[in-house]
Amino acid sequence: MKFDAEQIRKDFPILETRMRGHTLTYLDSAASAQKPRAVIDAISDFYSSHYANIHRGVYQLSAEATLRYEEVRSQIAKFIGAPDPREVIFVRNATEAINLVARSWGEKEIGRGDEIVLTTMEHHANIVPWQMLAERVGATLRVAAIFDDGVLDVDHLVSLLGRRTRLLAFSAVSNALGTINPVSELTAIARERGITTLVDGAQAVPHQPVDVAALGCDFYAFSGHKVFGPSGAGVLYGRLPLLESMPPFLGGGDMIENVSFKGTSYAPVPQKFEAGTPDIASVIGLGAAIDYLEAIGMDRIATYEHSLLVHATERLLTIPGLRIIGTAKEKAAVISFVLDDAHPHDVGTVLDGEGIAIRTGHHCAQPLMNRMGVPATARASLTFYNTRDDIDRLVAALHKTRELFH
Amino acid sequence: MDDLRELYQDTILDHNKKPRNFRVLDDANREADGRNPLCGDALTLYARVSDDGRVEEVTFQGTGCAISKASASLMTDFVKNKTLEEVQNDFERFHRLVTSLPSEPAEIDGLGKLAVFAGVREFPVRVKCATLAWHALRAAIEDEGKVAKTE
Repeated sequence: MKFDAEQIRKDFPILETRMRGHTLTYLDSAASAQKPRAVIDAISDFYSSHYANIHRGVYQLSAEATLRYEEVRSQIAKFIGAPDPREVIFVRNATEAINLVARSWGEKEIGRGDEIVLTTMEHHANIVPWQMLAERVGATLRVAAIFDDGVLDVDHLVSLLGRRTRLLAFSAVSNALGTINPVSELTAIARERGITTLVDGAQAVPHQPVDVAALGCDFYAFSGHKVFGPSGAGVLYGRLPLLESMPPFLGGGDMIENVSFKGTSYAPVPQKFEAGTPDIASVIGLGAAIDYLEAIGMDRIATYEHSLLVHATERLLTIPGLRIIGTAKEKAAVISFVLDDAHPHDVGTVLDGEGIAIRTGHHCAQPLMNRMGVPATARASLTFYNTRDDIDRLVAALHKTRELFH
Repeated sequence: MDDLRELYQDTILDHNKKPRNFRVLDDANREADGRNPLCGDALTLYARVSDDGRVEEVTFQGTGCAISKASASLMTDFVKNKTLEEVQNDFERFHRLVTSLPSEPAEIDGLGKLAVFAGVREFPVRVKCATLAWHALRAAIEDEGKVAKTE
């Protein structure tokens, strides 16, 4: 069956919007994805007819809201291949998921002289929490190199793993380069050495089928807003024995079993990690987003996006003076590039004038920008609601940019 | 493209391509860095200020977008031989120009060639690019000895 992106576009109301006199061309889904009507309607319907706080009231409305919220937990467990729904912790976003692990697991398991191994291509969200942890406990960060094409140097990474390595944290897909990392190969290497693994899956879950059990990771983090769900709900997956061994992250309501001024005992996983009223409606919206993705099929999405990536790469390389940053063979539909004569910010502004939204700057990956020898790049990220017409508009606008600055 | 040509006027494109006073000033007695971490813009501003408080020479070096580079270039031409007080007034006038509402008439009196930056008003996210060099200059002449940031 042919992938009908034109039909899919009709599910996304915002794609009808006019931007500076043009139809919006949205090429920034790696920063945040647009929402299908099904998600928008689910949130509106939940607030209109089903809203109450969860895990509290004895009344029917609250019981039903709780049921729906917990159903999404089970749905997400199934979607990412988590064997047990209790392994799915709701957080705000991937950043909060990683901070939760750094605070709770990290402070318990990582001490003075221990080592945390990361890669050069990490998003700041998978650098700064570990750096903060290392400073608190006296641990050291070690950083695996990448090659000039943006591929991880696995041999170098392995050479960094030693007696004191406690954690290997890396992204499944680089947000700035699109490089797809060999996740199960890396988790297997770590497992052999008894090293815990955390995978930042923020750029993977929206674009490919994910099975955390098959990947063999200990923790996996992603954001709902990049998976076509609302902002405000994200997910931390953790293996149950690990989660059960970890102290709470935030204290407060909903995460307790019994509280007295002498001391408090905590609720079991997952409630232990979900203090306070969560973003209930966003979780419900995330459930609708997963329904929507599953109806299309993650395999079909991955195939379509790959063909779009190949097409866009060919077309962009016809522009004189354009250089793509990140040319790994295994790549997601993210294209970072620089133009000879125009700074990425000027590219972004000229494209904005044509109604084209791309990301410009360092993409929250400053160490990576330094490694690639650029202060910033322009980045077009593609998803299944983008079409060849979008690529045509991008290419035409880049020609205009060149003329302006040449 | 109309808004864009309003922003990227020929003067700006010219100064981006051929920035004036784009060099290290060996006998500078004031210096400050300007950074926009989000953009990756980074420039260093050098000035030689006389004992009686006059900017005798001002130059810059660095990387940045067309707006930040052209703004630095035009600024260095504009403030040369002015007193520190005059430069402070120029800073405020320039800042007012680029941050005023596009619906208001642009106040360009006394700004000379810098009036070309009125187009920045249509692109609020680019204001920090236009003002980066000015913040660095102010830091340099106030000799705060620190990095100026516009974000």
